[in-house]
Amino acid sequence: MAGAAGPGTGPGAAGGDGDDSLYPIAVLIDELRNEDVQLRLNSIKKLSTIALALGVERTRTELLPFLTDTIYDEDEVLLALAEQLGNFTGLVGGPDFAHCLLPPLESLATVEETVVRDKAVESLRQISQEHTPIALEAHFVPLVKRLASGDWFTSRTSACGLFSVCYPRASNAVKAEIRQHFRSLCSDDTPMVRRAAASKLGEFAKVLELDSVKSEIVPLFTNLASDEQDSVRLLAVEACVSIAQLLSQEDLEALVMPTLRQAAEDKSWRVRYMVADKFSELQKAVGPKITLNDLIPAFQNLLKDCEAEVRAAAAHKVKELCENLPPEGRETIIMNQILPFIKELVSDTNQHVKSALASVIMGLSTILGKENTIEHLLPLFLAQLKDECPEVRLNIISNLDCVNEVIGIRQLSQSLLPAIVELAEDAKWRVRLAIIEYMPLLAGQLGVQFFDEKLNSLCMAWLVDHVYAIREAATNNLMKLVKKFGTEWAQNTIVPKVLVMASDPNYLHRMTTLFCINALSEACGQEITTKQMLPIVLKMAGDQVANVRFNVAKSLQKIGPILDTDALQEEVKPVLQKLGQDEDVDVKYFAQEALSAVAQRLRKLDSPAKDGEEPSAPGADKNHFLRPGGPGEDTGKFVPLMSRHTESERLGWFLRRQ
Amino acid sequence: METKLPPASTPTSPSSPGLSPVPPPDKVDGFSRRSLRRARPRRSHSSSQFRYQSNQQELTPLPLLKDVPASELHELLSRKLAQCGVMFDFLDCVADLKGKEVKRAALNELVECVGSTRGVLIEPVYPDIIRMISVNIFRTLPPSENPEFDPEEDEPNLEPSWPHLQLVYEFFLRFLESPDFQPSVAKRYVDQKFVLMLLELFDSEDPREREYLKTILHRVYGKFLGLRAYIRKQCSHIFLRFIYELEHFNGVAELLEILGSIINGFALPLKTEHKQFLVRVLIPLHSVKSLSVFHAQLAYCVVQFLEKDATLTEHVIRGLLKYWPKTCTQKEVMFLGEMEEILDVIEPSQFVKIQEPLFKQVARCVSSPHFQVAERALYFWNNEYILSLIEDNCHTVLPAVFGTLYQVSKEHWNQTIVSLIYNVLKTFMEMNGKLFDELTASYKLEKQQEQQKARERQELWRGLEELRLRRLRGTQGAKEAPLQRLPAPVATSGGQS
Repeated sequence: MAGAAGPGTGPGAAGGDGDDSLYPIAVLIDELRNEDVQLRLNSIKKLSTIALALGVERTRTELLPFLTDTIYDEDEVLLALAEQLGNFTGLVGGPDFAHCLLPPLESLATVEETVVRDKAVESLRQISQEHTPIALEAHFVPLVKRLASGDWFTSRTSACGLFSVCYPRASNAVKAEIRQHFRSLCSDDTPMVRRAAASKLGEFAKVLELDSVKSEIVPLFTNLASDEQDSVRLLAVEACVSIAQLLSQEDLEALVMPTLRQAAEDKSWRVRYMVADKFSELQKAVGPKITLNDLIPAFQNLLKDCEAEVRAAAAHKVKELCENLPPEGRETIIMNQILPFIKELVSDTNQHVKSALASVIMGLSTILGKENTIEHLLPLFLAQLKDECPEVRLNIISNLDCVNEVIGIRQLSQSLLPAIVELAEDAKWRVRLAIIEYMPLLAGQLGVQFFDEKLNSLCMAWLVDHVYAIREAATNNLMKLVKKFGTEWAQNTIVPKVLVMASDPNYLHRMTTLFCINALSEACGQEITTKQMLPIVLKMAGDQVANVRFNVAKSLQKIGPILDTDALQEEVKPVLQKLGQDEDVDVKYFAQEALSAVAQRLRKLDSPAKDGEEPSAPGADKNHFLRPGGPGEDTGKFVPLMSRHTESERLGWFLRRQ
Repeated sequence: METKLPPASTPTSPSSPGLSPVPPPDKVDGFSRRSLRRARPRRSHSSSQFRYQSNQQELTPLPLLKDVPASELHELLSRKLAQCGVMFDFLDCVADLKGKEVKRAALNELVECVGSTRGVLIEPVYPDIIRMISVNIFRTLPPSENPEFDPEEDEPNLEPSWPHLQLVYEFFLRFLESPDFQPSVAKRYVDQKFVLMLLELFDSEDPREREYLKTILHRVYGKFLGLRAYIRKQCSHIFLRFIYELEHFNGVAELLEILGSIINGFALPLKTEHKQFLVRVLIPLHSVKSLSVFHAQLAYCVVQFLEKDATLTEHVIRGLLKYWPKTCTQKEVMFLGEMEEILDVIEPSQFVKIQEPLFKQVARCVSSPHFQVAERALYFWNNEYILSLIEDNCHTVLPAVFGTLYQVSKEHWNQTIVSLIYNVLKTFMEMNGKLFDELTASYKLEKQQEQQKARERQELWRGLEELRLRRLRGTQGAKEAPLQRLPAPVATSGGQS
């Protein structure tokens, strides 16, 4: 058939290869029609390759008609098609031919599946920009009109997203038509369409002339904001932000504020939630005067709303609201009109509200200054530090830096300590993990002396936690602390305690020593590593449990780069060689890995010219089977199923799922 | 009358709602996952269902309705209805106990009165009654305590004000079912807005409330002819939103149950509106994640449609094939169950139209590594009607499934499946020995051809890719082509002349 017509019709022959006839359209279309969905999908994803092979003219005359005609497929295929077509202008011959892409996209914009439709609309928006003004009116605007008056709600929903892209470049007569169509969609019978229109109202308002905004958009906004369905009303709140930015203060007061006030007191909590959620945007859009007169009282109501969801959303906005108030008079407003309500929220019955507040409340101290913070905020912080819900306490602790800048952390330290200790021992490991993450920050702010007295023992206790993730985090924490407090501190406080664990009866604790050494050696430097750590690691090479032994091999590989030639040659190498003869296959494997890394390192040290490359990264992540460690007679129990990386891998997987 | 409902049964309590019977849900999953999950700690109930009225008035008990002369009855009834319109805070369970008790007693008396006394329902009391009901039941449902509430796994949040709310619903139901009830009067108050709010309540997490709502909406549909089209339209809006926007609505099963009985009453030939509802709403409903919660009701609706009009079969089956689950085996088993229900009522002339794509899907299910899916698919061969359809069309069906069955019979890990497949193959052999032998013989050849095709495809794409690269290089030599966008200059420069 036509496809085989040969180079004569193959316009892409510009390259001079003349091999287009190798790919008659029929073959390509067969690929796009393959019975196997996956293959069909693959073909669609390479549609640009096909188009390029066909050349622009045959893409227009043969490929696009085929795509337009056969739009009944799996949604996944359609999604890929809709996406591809958005970038197709070049492949059909540039802006002059961009309108060729409209028919298939028009069909895609009417399918049921939302993701496909949304993608088609996205592509149409993209292509609209590539149309010339004439083509836009000749091809694009009629398409929008057809969609806007479609039978089924899907096409009308899609139309909503297209008005704003064609309006600015249309002639006045066409503009009036476009507005007319938008108006009718705003009062559509189907709530789905009204929702789509409401969600695009703000965007459309931005491209309209100011007069039309006042005479047409505002009435639409008022109507949508009093729709019978709360799902429509809440979208009007979003539009309110855009509309408010366009109007003068008087117009705002007269045209928008009555509706906004009503939304803040809507009977549906979803609408009130939306107002709370968009509060900062609304505040910026209406300006300081209306904020003081209207928004602050509305905000007070939201903070004491009967639904916890609304209170929590409002509590989240407390800091932003205060920050955005005009500097003059800000302090008075906060102290008199906001703070009393915040005080109530500190003892709210709902933990989500309290924790939302706790995540922002510390930010107020910079705004209110030292004295107010000490007198008014500090009692609140302290109350929240004693809250029954760990999330609240954590949120306070995680934002300590804000307070530190203003009043110094000492003010809090007396209350801080019990809170930290309690979180450190929380039954939920995730809470323990979270507090560990803040330890370096706390250490920096509380200073070394306070830390040594009060917190050091906690950090050491985490090393023997029964959850691996905690032990791992504790190890990293030590590394960060050493970076903060220096090697001398490490040598005196941390290293001895870590090394003692090397002879712990529990093999998991012995392994923790190795993990700590892995993490600390670099921060501690060559001297400590060689003199204090290395002997312990070497001694552990004789451990009864195979897991400990191959972790010795891994540790030696890890600390190798820090050691000097002598230590490597005389101490590390013999031990690794011995481990290389181990009866356990995994110990052997890791010993050999380490040995080759060490050998490489030694070669490099011999010929320093080639310095600059690190020894090859440990390629230890070869998949091994789960296996039991050797029987740990020393614990009097059988060692549980345990494997080198699997524990952390499993955890990683588990965490990702949460 | 455009549609008719099955004759209303005797006044009932919601435990026997008088709807057409719906088959019990297929027990598909032998393993209960409930035990594996620890119950989440409940959040404290803090959000109040009703905005608490600050101007709380003191309620005082009124005389009993049966104690006053008939002349004063309606005046007292009106006062009682007004009393029942006062709302109480049920989150604080000790607040205003006396008032709550007065209202409860009044409601009980109203329920009793409207159910048993004739002549009570005169025109002037209708607005009072509807007002009392509206004030009590219409409210914005509170946010779900558990954002990822799973109706199959989690305990629902029960409505705290149920002690009053139940009586209001009971009263509403008896009101609708009273022999004195006049739809012509009530329709002034039970209007579209009222129905819309009633439908929104179906999202309630409390199954007891949804049960009452189901029965009530069913009665409303039966008595208010003018609201029927509106109710159907709003139901389909709810479903479409559920499918395409939210994936969350608690009352889908209840609404479908009502629709099941509505479809049952559709007059023939079916109107376009109804067919559209089947194709554009009911079929896409199969794609929803929480299908298991309402699948039994949905399948019932679909089969009702097919029993009304067999020509819809092809649409339905192709629709189901389009939405066939790709990763969720639990849903796949449900689809297979529904497909068998459909095949049970299929006309042979319709079967011919869809046999090929259908049995290719069945074959894919047989090759599923999940044995429950494979087993469910193989059970089709235990169904005598389906077997007779296969036999009549074995020249099409056999080739569609043979390759897969043959392969799976050698590879499946589960012995039960393997032996079931052997049985199926044996049936085929007995059905048409000659065809079976031919297919066995050509099996190898087909495998080879498939591999050959795959190689050709690879070759084609490799060639295309090379051509593309050559063109890209060609254009980049000529002028700097933008890297992001696929360049067309090949064509704009030389191609068109």
